[in-house]
Amino acid sequence: MSEHEHEAKKASIVVFSGDMDKVMAAFIIATTAAASGIDTTMFFTFWGLQAIKKKVPTGKTLFQRMLSFFLKDINGLNPSKLSMGGLGRWMFKQMMKQQNVTPLPELRKMAVDLGVKLLACQMSMEVMGIRREDLIDEVSDVVGAATFIAEANKSHITLFI
Amino acid sequence: MAEYTPEKTLDARGLKCPMPVVKTSQEIKNVSVGGVLEVLATDPGSVADIQAWCKSTGHELLGMEKGEGVFKFYIRRVK
Repeated sequence: MSEHEHEAKKASIVVFSGDMDKVMAAFIIATTAAASGIDTTMFFTFWGLQAIKKKVPTGKTLFQRMLSFFLKDINGLNPSKLSMGGLGRWMFKQMMKQQNVTPLPELRKMAVDLGVKLLACQMSMEVMGIRREDLIDEVSDVVGAATFIAEANKSHITLFI
Repeated sequence: MAEYTPEKTLDARGLKCPMPVVKTSQEIKNVSVGGVLEVLATDPGSVADIQAWCKSTGHELLGMEKGEGVFKFYIRRVK
């Protein structure tokens, strides 16, 4: 084992997807990284914002309000395949429960407890009409791509999910 | 079989990835430096994962035992 293996390290994860399975993968990786002593940041953008959104209607303009109808919170995310109008979500939740897999909302809480930093993409929030107060309080900041790049530039692990 | 006197025991039985590792990382903080944490797990993935976690964090895996469907890990807190 080389010595630098124990140096403080960083991980930066872009969560672009709002699919239940992909968001789950993102939080599993983030919690594990944090548990391994790695300073971990998650940057939520576009569909990924749903994973840190409260269950509230959003938007000002007509299009934003129309979009709001299709945006979920972390409990309502559908799997990337076999969505079947919500049936797939229910089915996977049952299957995960049977296997005692930690549910997504608990994984997110665990990530916060372990010190994972949650960042939200300012530009996609503006496009979609999502305000800071529409996001959960645990989000530490609303930032742009340059902030992510600055974090990623110092990271040993960078992922786009 | 080697004998270790654990300061604490973490019961991670029934938990699935990534929880055995996450709980271990939290529980090791409650053990004094140099002390031993015993982890009980049923997740077969934990065999590789606890070893990998020790490698990442620098904590020392003293030993592993496989009982009846239960894995036991003995980890010494290094820092």
